[in-house]
This record gives sequence, C-alpha cells and structure tokens, in this order.
Amino acid sequence: MAEEIKKEAPKLFKVTIDNKTIEVPPGTTILNAARMIGVEVAPPAMCYYSKLEESGGRCRSCLVEVAAGSTADPRPMPKLVASCRTTVMDGMVVNNYSSERVLDARKGVVEFLLVNHPLDCPICDQAGECYLQDFSYEHGKTAASRYEFKKRIFELEDIGPYIKLHMTRCILCYRCVLVADQLTEKRVHGVLKRGDHAEISTYISKAIDNDFSGNMIDVCPVGALTDRTFRFKNRVWFTKPVDAHRDCDKCCGKVTLWQRGEEVMRVTSRKDPWAEVQTIDGKPAWICNDCRFHKKKINDWVIEGPTVISRHSVIAQGHYEGMIKPKETLPEVMGGRDPKLLMDIRKVSGVNSVDISQLPGPATSETFKKKEQ
Amino acid sequence: MSTQLTNRALPVDRKPMTFVESLYLWNILKGMGVTLSHFFRKKVTYNFPEQKRPFSKVFRGLHVLNRDEEGRENCTACGLCAVACPAEAITMEAAERLPGEEHLYREEKYAAKYEINMLRCIFCGLCEEACPKDAIYLSETFAPANYGRKGFIYPKEELLIPHPINEKEAYDKAVGDRKIKNNKTN
Repeated sequence: MAEEIKKEAPKLFKVTIDNKTIEVPPGTTILNAARMIGVEVAPPAMCYYSKLEESGGRCRSCLVEVAAGSTADPRPMPKLVASCRTTVMDGMVVNNYSSERVLDARKGVVEFLLVNHPLDCPICDQAGECYLQDFSYEHGKTAASRYEFKKRIFELEDIGPYIKLHMTRCILCYRCVLVADQLTEKRVHGVLKRGDHAEISTYISKAIDNDFSGNMIDVCPVGALTDRTFRFKNRVWFTKPVDAHRDCDKCCGKVTLWQRGEEVMRVTSRKDPWAEVQTIDGKPAWICNDCRFHKKKINDWVIEGPTVISRHSVIAQGHYEGMIKPKETLPEVMGGRDPKLLMDIRKVSGVNSVDISQLPGPATSETFKKKEQ
Repeated sequence: MSTQLTNRALPVDRKPMTFVESLYLWNILKGMGVTLSHFFRKKVTYNFPEQKRPFSKVFRGLHVLNRDEEGRENCTACGLCAVACPAEAITMEAAERLPGEEHLYREEKYAAKYEINMLRCIFCGLCEEACPKDAIYLSETFAPANYGRKGFIYPKEELLIPHPINEKEAYDKAVGDRKIKNNKTN
C-alpha cells in the first residue's frame, strides 16, 4: 500500500506527535517519525530494532494513542496502536506522553514484562545499560506492585564459547533471532516451544560459531545474552567507554572499548541514542567476534576518544568526558624523581592482582588461588 | 556604615579604661564565677576504659560484611556501595561461584575481593543504604588505631562477620546489642 501512495502522491505526510509536527515520507512508522522529532516524544521500544527487518510488534511498550487517523478520515483509532508497526497517514495526530491512556497502558506493559523477569540486577552484567531497567524505572508504576508468584526458571546455558544465556531474564523480543537470521549465514538458534514455555536456544545447545553471532549480545535489551569474556568482571559503570577502531577484514572495526585503567574489559559495537548499533557510512556498524572477543589488548586498537554517554545514565557517573588531567608538578620540582608516597595503594591493595581482562571467562576462586600460590 | 552581612554586628566600645577598670578585679571575679559554676555541673567526660560512652542509636562505625543465617556471604559484588561512596573508599572484584561453593556464597556471583580504605572512608553510611542485598553494615566499633597506613586497608577477610553457626559467640559479639535493641523496639 505504501508503494501505491508513493506513486500517486510523492509528497510528504504531515504528522503531529505530542503537538509537534513533522513531515515524513509515506511508509514511515509512527515510532520512526517520533524519533525524527526527538528523544522527548519518541516512544520506548524494547523489541523494535530499526536495523533488523521484521522486528517490533512484540513487546507493546511503544503503544500510542492515535487521536485522528488522517485528514481524510479524522476519526480516532479505537485502541492504542503499536507505533513501531503502524505507518503514518497524512494529518495523523498522535498522543504519546501527553495521553493518560498511553501512560497507564505502559505501566501495565512494564508489569507484564516483569512477570517472568527476575529482579537480579545486582548480579546481572547488563545492569546500568539495561533497557528494561530504564523502561520500568521511567514508565513503570511508582508504587511497587510486583508479581508475587513463581517465575519461570531455566538452567543457565552457554551458547557457544562466548555467549551466556540467562533464559530467565529473556523477554522474548526476538531481536537475537533476527540477528541470527539476517546477519549470519546459517541460523543456529531460535525460539523453541510456545507461549509461556517459549525459550531462546540453539537446538540441543549447539555452539554458535558464526563470525557475527556476538551481535546478539548488543541487541539484547536485557541481560539474557551476555558476553562470557566480560562475565562478572566489572560493573558497567566502573568501566570507561572510549571509541576505538582497528583494521578488520570482516567488519567495520569501529567499536566502543570499555576500559578499566588501561585494561580493555569489554568490546561492544557503538550505540546510537536509541540503544541501537550506530549507522556508520550508511551501514549498521555490526562488529565481528574477532574484534569483540579476541582483541582485549590496548595495543590492538586506535583510540579516538571518550564515548558520549547521556548524563542521565549511571555510566556517566565517572565524568571521564572532557577530563583534563592535571599536570604533575612534583617530579619537575624534584629533578625528575617521583615523590615518595607514605603508602602506595597499588602495593597494599589486594584488588587488581590478577589481569582480569585477559581471562577467557569469569574469575572464580581458582583464579585467585593460583595467584596466591 | 559600610555594607554588612547581618544586623547583629555591635559597635565596639573603645573608651579608655578608668583606674578601677584597669585593675580587672571585677572581671577576674566574674571569670572565677564561671569556673566555679562548672564544679557543680554534670560531667561531660567518661573514665574511658572502665566506663564506656553509650553509642547513639545511629552510630556508624567500622563496616561488617554480613552473612545469612546459614553463614553464606550476602555480598554479590554489585558495586552499588562503591558507586554510592562519596569518598571512593570501596573497591571490589567479583567472581563466579563454582559448583560446590554453594555453602559459602548465597548467589552465583560473589565478591572475591572486597576492600575498604578506612583512611578514605568518612563513615557516612551511604554504602549501607545503597546495598540491595543486606550485605554491608556499619557496626558499633571504631576502626582501631594503627602504626602504619597499611593497616587501614581492610580486606574482605577482616570485614566479614564471623560465621553464625561455627563461631556463634564471636558472631553475637559482632552483631552487638544494637540489633537486639532495635528488634525490641520494632
């Protein structure tokens, strides 16, 4: 239908979202039109991912109210619609944050998403950059009225050597399945079973050995798929994100490094304001497993500078952006010698005794025992 | 008069003293009166080692890392205490619980290293407030004095509360009577 409209009227559609008007090409979804206006009107999205075809429509967090369908037929739509799957019409009037109905429905959606989601944020590696955390914080009920019944329980699963699957945390957004479908040549994982029993898995725990399988970690809005090479190594907000690149024959090689000091704790793709992978040179900047899991040395990368992080994010607590390191004046005065410290914390402290970033998996008691011997 | 911050400023009397005033007799007596009156007031000091000053209900002393009733460590190294700490005194390293270590740690992740720099700590108690796992508490004890700075870097072994089953006596002592008192009032 969008094609027909394009042929007949190659004009732009005028759409008003939260009293802000924008002209968009026909075929644009309400969500994308809102994103064009800006962060202040864009509905949240847990499953929609603009770089993946056929994504969206599953989580219902982007529900909006359509107050007027179009100029030709200005009747409002009776029900709230999923903005990621509904295309705009000329003269459409949409209420997002200005509608009580939408805000109330979203509170319900948060409760539904949390029905089976364990609130184990203290041990989850995604905490701090988790989209469900932000979503429930911003749109959930203020008074805690959480589901008290038993949640789904699954065993932890290793999907290949690099990815850990916590199926209990999964909200079944299907983003990772779409990555497997569209980014990798051969799909080796998908959703098994139905309804409440549905789970993401590789069939009989088959290892994923595709070069781009690591991008599942980046698209996962929750902590269901996490990086095993980063597992439990540090909290996200104690690491310092910097943009870096390297020459890679498989991918664009443009990544974000998450550093602790000079150590590279984790490598991820670069994210845009919608928590999606950035588009660089007209293409989504997916990164290959080699860059993500094997290049954990600072010499492997060319550092571009600190990543811009929204100041509302806990990750911004380090205030590393625009930081000017003060000049060390003491060695200058003392003829090149460093001042004698009464206590060098690095010699006294037991933390940082192991090069934790170089471990292939999470640290265990064995790691520290070995060090002591 | 030039600008002043408050209207409480008093002009100073700069008249030269008379002969009687310059003897300071009256002023000395006034001062002695103040000193004497203190003899009959309640003492504010304590005979410390014999007599202990009662702590305030909200006194914040040395940290303890809590265990649950089975003696497993509560801390999961979530880092919320460290991020809440205004003095950046807390550092930690997490590790994964291996099969067979379930009796030691309550959850799949635990703090393998946990360190508080008591020289940095300002005993504000924000770590206690931030903790989602009931794992860190400020106790009723002071950080003991030490000859070297090194002794103020407290590793996890020193912070952990004694085992509630194996070392019950030490555990009860570490819990202190405040918890019992607080439970009574609740």
